[in-house]
Amino acid sequence: MTKPDPAPQTTSSPVAMTGLAGWVEARLPVISAFRAEYIDFRLPRNLNGLWNFGAILTVVLLLMLATGIFLAMNYTPTNAGAFLSVEAIDRQLAGGWLLRAMHMTGANLFLAALYVHLFRGLYYGSYKAPRELLWLSGLLLLVLVMATAFAGYMLPWGQMSYWGADVITKAVGAIPGIGPSLEHIMAGGDHLGDVFLHHFFVLHFLLAFVVVGVVGLHVTIVHVNGSNNPLGVEPRTPKDTVPFYPYYISKDLVGLIVFAMVFAALMFFWPNVLIEADNYTPADPMHTPADIEPEWYFLPFYGLLQSVPSKFGGLVSSAASLLILFALPWLDRSPVRSMRFRPLCRIGLFGLVAAFILLAAAGKHHAQGGWLIVARLAGIYYFSYFVVLLPLASSREKTRPLPASIAAAEGDH
Amino acid sequence: MRSPFTRPALGLLVALGLSGAALANEPDKTPPHQAWSFDGPLGQYDKGSLQRGFVVFQRVCSTCHGMRNLTYNDLAGIGLTQQQIAETAKAKPQPGAPDAMGQPTTRPGLPDDHLNSPFPSDAAAAAMMGGVAPPDQSRLAMTHPGGPDWLYAFLTGYRMPPPADAPMVPGKFYNDWATGHMIGMPPPLMNGMIHYPDGTPATVEQQARDITTFLVWASDPHRNERHSIGKAVMAYLAVLLALAVAWKRKIWKRLKTQ
Repeated sequence: MTKPDPAPQTTSSPVAMTGLAGWVEARLPVISAFRAEYIDFRLPRNLNGLWNFGAILTVVLLLMLATGIFLAMNYTPTNAGAFLSVEAIDRQLAGGWLLRAMHMTGANLFLAALYVHLFRGLYYGSYKAPRELLWLSGLLLLVLVMATAFAGYMLPWGQMSYWGADVITKAVGAIPGIGPSLEHIMAGGDHLGDVFLHHFFVLHFLLAFVVVGVVGLHVTIVHVNGSNNPLGVEPRTPKDTVPFYPYYISKDLVGLIVFAMVFAALMFFWPNVLIEADNYTPADPMHTPADIEPEWYFLPFYGLLQSVPSKFGGLVSSAASLLILFALPWLDRSPVRSMRFRPLCRIGLFGLVAAFILLAAAGKHHAQGGWLIVARLAGIYYFSYFVVLLPLASSREKTRPLPASIAAAEGDH
Repeated sequence: MRSPFTRPALGLLVALGLSGAALANEPDKTPPHQAWSFDGPLGQYDKGSLQRGFVVFQRVCSTCHGMRNLTYNDLAGIGLTQQQIAETAKAKPQPGAPDAMGQPTTRPGLPDDHLNSPFPSDAAAAAMMGGVAPPDQSRLAMTHPGGPDWLYAFLTGYRMPPPADAPMVPGKFYNDWATGHMIGMPPPLMNGMIHYPDGTPATVEQQARDITTFLVWASDPHRNERHSIGKAVMAYLAVLLALAVAWKRKIWKRLKTQ
């Protein structure tokens, strides 16, 4: 090393602090804690661009809270007022159109970044010991974010909001036994209206802060266990790691700016890519739209829902497609984490991504005609990856040899 | 950074593209594309066309169609002055508070009033207009399939007399771009039926262009601002990115030179 990094792999030596900082530090060591976790904190030196998405998600979450609070101040959760209050935000509130554009683009890209983040976990085996709790807390976040996004999409009370609510409440009603009561509670009465909107407005707002809490937990766990890395080999020596500052601060910054450019391009120049025009027609219970479809991020689950002949069966398969991810650390017992060294499962994982996209395409086409067969095959493959391929490959797959260390793999012996 | 994804990802994209093409439905007849000033990621509304379009809206469309999500103040977006907005609003009486005897009253419109709708309700509109309420135009250009190109094709697509093989339906008019070619709305535009204050000849085509531009503005009123702010934001981010990349390279070079 030409410039050795100071104090490798130890907590930072206490720096003498005077004045207010010293006073606070003596009573609550937040300054040294920040230093340990965000400056000296050591990470594997080989993290690639996919590791930017944690920071990206954090920033988008903050943006969602900041814009969401101001939108909530101008929103009316009533059957008669919801659509008009959103129109008023867009048209009459100064800068309201920009707030709303950021919130809408943010919601879409939050889910997109979450899917990339999830894929990274799958590809590099980040769910394996000792990171099972990290994986589970991340999946909890996925479920919470989906619920928040769904609740938020109800609020403009356009045709897609209303009929989306109709589809989901009726799907819940298909649960044997408790279904009808549950549907009644969710809809807030016999008709979707004031009570439903009030419920979902409060839920949307509340869930956003629950997400913040679970993100805190998720980040704490990653700081306890350390990050996984593209090789899936734990760092052994100081040569395998670099401190968060300045290495990953500078790298996250580049990733964030690139992401911000994608965000800005979509928001300012191509908003129609993400906007569902039908939702700009006010909710009308008397007029069913020709084409009810959820937002793109729910399409794979919608495809699965529609590919099963029974309504309840569809609901169970959709829920199971998420729940099975929670069991992943115990389905995949292979000691090798990264798919770089698992030729069979690597192909299997790309197949999983293809199945997920095909399910989305089938959902878009309402699983009709040829799409029904596509959806069923993709659905079967999706579940087979988890319950057949990974458990079998755990012991039988011939994996490629792992490098001796991260530094060795980087050509630094 | 090595990229283990490139090859499988490309294969996947190709496979999806093929299956998508094979399974996609035949597209419906799409209206011919017109060159619009507001087209594309950097397009801007033509202010003259917006103001002419508003003349058409006031004289023609607003006799049957509402635009209730806009306030008169919003017309500042097409370049009307506060004076013009106040005058436009004042000319449209609004329902006022009941008087001392409880009788309904009217008052002159104010700039922050919503544009008044020609009918008291959709049901009343449907009753008076042969069963179908004329749709509100606040977001029409956005929600109608085909958007501005369809609006233009539709407004210039009436045929008088109708083609010989078309069925004759009393109270319906033949239009190439209406669903089933028959629509209750009579041809709204005629050559020279209005005079533009700026002296532009008011042909049917010109009026159709102008009202379409105005309706697109109504459904997306901040497009000009959005595009110009967007350009500034992208330029700022591009500079920031260049600096951040330079910083990152400088930092990471420490590892490479070992």
